Amino acid sequence: MAEIRVDNLRKQFGDFTAVKQSSFTIEHGTFFVMLGPSGCGKTTTLRMIAGLELPTHGRILLDGEDVTFLRASHRDIAFVFQMFALYPHLSVFNNIAYPLRSQGVSRAEMQQRVQETARLLQVEHLLKRSVSGLSSGDRQRVALGRAIVRRPKAFLMDEPLGALDAEFRRLMCGELRQLHDRIGATTVYVTHDQLEAMAMADRIAVMNHGVVEQVATPQEIYDRPASMFVADFIGSPPMSFLRFEGAVRAGERTVRINGATLEVPQQREEAAGQLALGLRPEHVRLADESPLRGRVFGAEYLGTTQIVTLNTPHGQLKARLPSSLAVGIGDNVGLAFRTERLVLFDTASGRALRSAAYDGDAHG
Amino acid sequence: MADVRLSGVTKRFGPIAAIRELSLEIADGELMVLLGPTGAGKTTTLRTIAGLERPDAGRVSIAGRDVTGEPPAVRDVAFVFQQYSLYPHLTVFDNLAFPLRSPARRLAEEEVRRAVLRVAELLHIESKLQNRATRLSGGEMQRVAIGRALVRAPAIYLMDEPLSSLDAKLRAELRLELKRIQSELGATILYVTHDQIEAMTMASRIGILSEGALVQVGTPREVYERPANTYVAAHLGTPAINLIPAALLPAPAAPSGTHTIGARTEQLRIGRARNGAAKGVLKWVEHLGDQNHLHLEVDGHRLVTLADPHDRWQAGDALSVELVDPTYFDAAGRRIAA
Repeated sequence: MAEIRVDNLRKQFGDFTAVKQSSFTIEHGTFFVMLGPSGCGKTTTLRMIAGLELPTHGRILLDGEDVTFLRASHRDIAFVFQMFALYPHLSVFNNIAYPLRSQGVSRAEMQQRVQETARLLQVEHLLKRSVSGLSSGDRQRVALGRAIVRRPKAFLMDEPLGALDAEFRRLMCGELRQLHDRIGATTVYVTHDQLEAMAMADRIAVMNHGVVEQVATPQEIYDRPASMFVADFIGSPPMSFLRFEGAVRAGERTVRINGATLEVPQQREEAAGQLALGLRPEHVRLADESPLRGRVFGAEYLGTTQIVTLNTPHGQLKARLPSSLAVGIGDNVGLAFRTERLVLFDTASGRALRSAAYDGDAHG
Repeated sequence: MADVRLSGVTKRFGPIAAIRELSLEIADGELMVLLGPTGAGKTTTLRTIAGLERPDAGRVSIAGRDVTGEPPAVRDVAFVFQQYSLYPHLTVFDNLAFPLRSPARRLAEEEVRRAVLRVAELLHIESKLQNRATRLSGGEMQRVAIGRALVRAPAIYLMDEPLSSLDAKLRAELRLELKRIQSELGATILYVTHDQIEAMTMASRIGILSEGALVQVGTPREVYERPANTYVAAHLGTPAINLIPAALLPAPAAPSGTHTIGARTEQLRIGRARNGAAKGVLKWVEHLGDQNHLHLEVDGHRLVTLADPHDRWQAGDALSVELVDPTYFDAAGRRIAA
């Protein structure tokens, strides 16, 4: 168990700033995911937590202790890399036992801890086997075992499932999460895959260009994205935006888009200029009488539902509709939205405007 | 454009039959998707139509003409491969023009220009025509690769997982584009993929392949709602259909001979168990944002269903689980009408 605090962390490589002023706290026992596109600074942040990179500025606290300049080996943290490296000539038992041998743990204790780890990972029956003949899933489990057997305060994982195919990745997501629940240690997990992040995390930090844009639970991030970047990065399909020129004032419950008046959650701040209305596909429906119109560009059947792509004068948007609803390409349709779920953005800053649905606390 | 017909085609590689007595008709203007895992025979089918493989038995005809013995060049097909193979030293324009400038065609340069511009417009790459092919993003390169097939008007376009090397977002975008272009051109396309979402969203009809044999052909709705067997049922829909033993949950309407019951998320009704009448236990709540996947366990069997993310479910909850008009399969896995 460990609490990890990242305080004003910054990392520069020459002229390039990989991480700008990141601050967040990872509480005891949390499954914490750092999510973002490649180059956003997530791996650099993780490596600083591990002690594999030294920050240019800022501090890292592990259970209140400043470990910023402490060597990796003295941090009591286990790092699981993207490419799991096993010793091919050793048995599963000896691969898992390896970190304990270098620590000089007694034979009896080693036996007991490897057994316990193997049971946790359900690879007990493989302990005598050589790792070279294992399936990729079992290899992954053994690699995890090598991290777990040390009983570290925290696990750091850098895209550990990146090399696996989609179906297997989903299975491992479930396993990793359940493993985390059994062990209870703090886990920091880096990925660019929003589905992985949503599926496993207690909390997600979304990063972009070295900046943490939002830290929140998966559902908060999905429902109340702090920025257009977050809104667009999460969800499949992601949030759509209707862009318009307009103004809102605090207390208002409507916006005017091209003459049409739309209800929105009560606004808590004022903004004017280029605004965008953010819509999740499942919050859009067709309504004949609506003055806001769109033309059907495509309909994609998914079984129970279909994703309908609509072109409007304010941009393209996607609606998730029951597949029983007949829509034809080229149809002119009226659009209505689930008011309480709408988010307004200021497109210049990309920031979500505060409202009754979103209080603006990106790091809540 | 024309219809393409395979009749009883078998292709062996040594002792292994890559495709077995495959018969399939692709109608003029249709986007037919062949769906199956690696090794199901998808690519061999495409290559046989293109003339890159010669069948051991059966016939291939294009627009009513038997082409079984003909070389690829005279078959009037265009192939799009999984890995975009562009000429790196040429501009986008010249890459697109390449198939039209082949000596066999002898098109006037003005005609070439018109065809290239039309395709560039369709694919939204007009502004990139003078760029070198190497200076494009992955998505743009794949558009050019598709465009190189589209500049010609062959009897059929054969596409082998053309989107699989792209990231998820781009794939979703090009999926929609390709479908639009296909309907605008009225093109006949045979498209192979292992991605069921591509198949469901793009196809006029889907052919599901397993070990070289065609298991079912139908519209996406037909194969989703009335799968021929458990294999087809298991390969379509997210989350995957739950296939459970007939006796696991009460199914009073099950026809005789029911061995397996298929329950998609809309065919399961779950609720909180009352006074010890629990059927299952919730093991894990997986967040997707718009929905949650509930992973539950009923007498040792794992089931997955969807729930609204704002319902307050928690791992460990005791559940009641009911079937609602499920799908029935016999001991051989074939669907039986209810």
